[in-house]
Amino acid sequence: MQCQMCDKHATVHLTEIINGQKMERHLCDECAQKEGITVKTHQIPINELFSNLVDAQQESRELADLNCPQCKIKWTQFRKEGLLGCPNDYLAFEKPLRTLIERAQDGATSHVGKVPKNSEGKMADQLKLLRFRQELYKALEQEDYETAVRLRDEIRKFEMN
Amino acid sequence: MTNISDIYDHTADWMDGSGPMSDIVVSSRIRLARNIAGFVFFSHADPDQQKELLEHIRSKVMETELQESLWYITMDETPDLERLMLAERHLISRRLAEGSGPRAVALSHDESLALMINEEDHIRVQVLSSGQQLEETYENINRVDNILENKMEFSFSPKYGYLTACPTNVGTGIRVSVMLHLPALKMTGQIDKVFRSAKEMHLAIRGLYGEGTEPIGDFYQLSNQTTLGKSEEQLINELITQAVEPMVEYERRAREKLLKERTVALDDKIFRAIGVLTNARLISSEEASYMLSMIRLGIHLDRIHDITLKTLNELFLLTQPGHLQNICQKELEPHERDEARAQFIRQHLN
Repeated sequence: MQCQMCDKHATVHLTEIINGQKMERHLCDECAQKEGITVKTHQIPINELFSNLVDAQQESRELADLNCPQCKIKWTQFRKEGLLGCPNDYLAFEKPLRTLIERAQDGATSHVGKVPKNSEGKMADQLKLLRFRQELYKALEQEDYETAVRLRDEIRKFEMN
Repeated sequence: MTNISDIYDHTADWMDGSGPMSDIVVSSRIRLARNIAGFVFFSHADPDQQKELLEHIRSKVMETELQESLWYITMDETPDLERLMLAERHLISRRLAEGSGPRAVALSHDESLALMINEEDHIRVQVLSSGQQLEETYENINRVDNILENKMEFSFSPKYGYLTACPTNVGTGIRVSVMLHLPALKMTGQIDKVFRSAKEMHLAIRGLYGEGTEPIGDFYQLSNQTTLGKSEEQLINELITQAVEPMVEYERRAREKLLKERTVALDDKIFRAIGVLTNARLISSEEASYMLSMIRLGIHLDRIHDITLKTLNELFLLTQPGHLQNICQKELEPHERDEARAQFIRQHLN
């Protein structure tokens, strides 16, 4: 059978039912890919496939232990729920997150839009503030009021700046 | 106006159906996602931290010049019905309306600005306007963002931009959207093309109430999906020139074609809709939306002269489940709502 879009031999046969109407399409590999019906696949040698598999396993084991020292969220938890725990996750999960962001953001990996006033060098300060605040909550929980007072002063000082 | 309860028996200015391209572009909306530096994200904060965040943001917002034109509404103290109405008016998201934990909305008296606090992100700023006014809307929301930035510090990284709880919003944190009315493309069987081209341009196309909702009454919400790697102006400009303008053009052409080649069939649909709406004793909100959609088309194609756009817009909003129950001053079961809706529409069209 001939492809409906060009003269090549049709290898992809699709039957769709839209609004109760049956539609048949017969396309060659190339046209089917262009139409977004099939995805281009590369021929991968079998040994490469195996080593990729081993790498992926090792990587997933590494990722299973990955967590953020600030908010304690695990990478696996984020993958399950879809929401990050705190801004520091963008550093803590840097490597796997970068791949994910690239995929979600149409290949983009860095910001080119609006920049807040006086943003230079702020990221480190912001994370420090986040750490102080997390430590403050922990101190209060453990009824370590001496530390809590010290941390509260630090936070105030930060916020004043 | 001083009382929030006064807004629920009429439409807001931004819903008046005016503005550029308003025959097809019903409204423009821009949202910005922002998080306060030094805090964990909302979903990961414990109840005390969530309360602290809410109080922190409330007090900072109330220190700004925005304060005098804002109502501050805490979700926990707002009855279910009112939260439903706020969502029907597109002023809060379903997530904020139905979520849990300390959360609020600061809402401008003209309903064009809403600051949702403790949604998925600490703050979601939203500005709405009528017709295709995305550029003006961005100017407004950017001004609000600057005012807020004077009082609070937002979580920002030089590499990733504004940091958000979900990485799909990271960077600009901007969601630009328009509500399109595309009945002629639907009637001429070309709506699939719209879906396909939106997909190709990495744009999201959804129903009237955003994520997870089905298109009803031929209304489609079109928005950007990527937020990183492009500036705000670029994202807005791309949405306008690559999607909104061509789609408006296609819809106008489809309308002209219908008017020229299928006049009787078109009139039949429009006047049948009037027939149903002026006579029905029971009508679901879905059916009402489809019928009102036909009337909107009829008004814009000059086929109907005795129903104004204002009446139509009011019927759209006030027949939603929440608003309808508010008008009737009692809780109504779905079948009771269908009866009340039919009656309300008859009264306003006869």
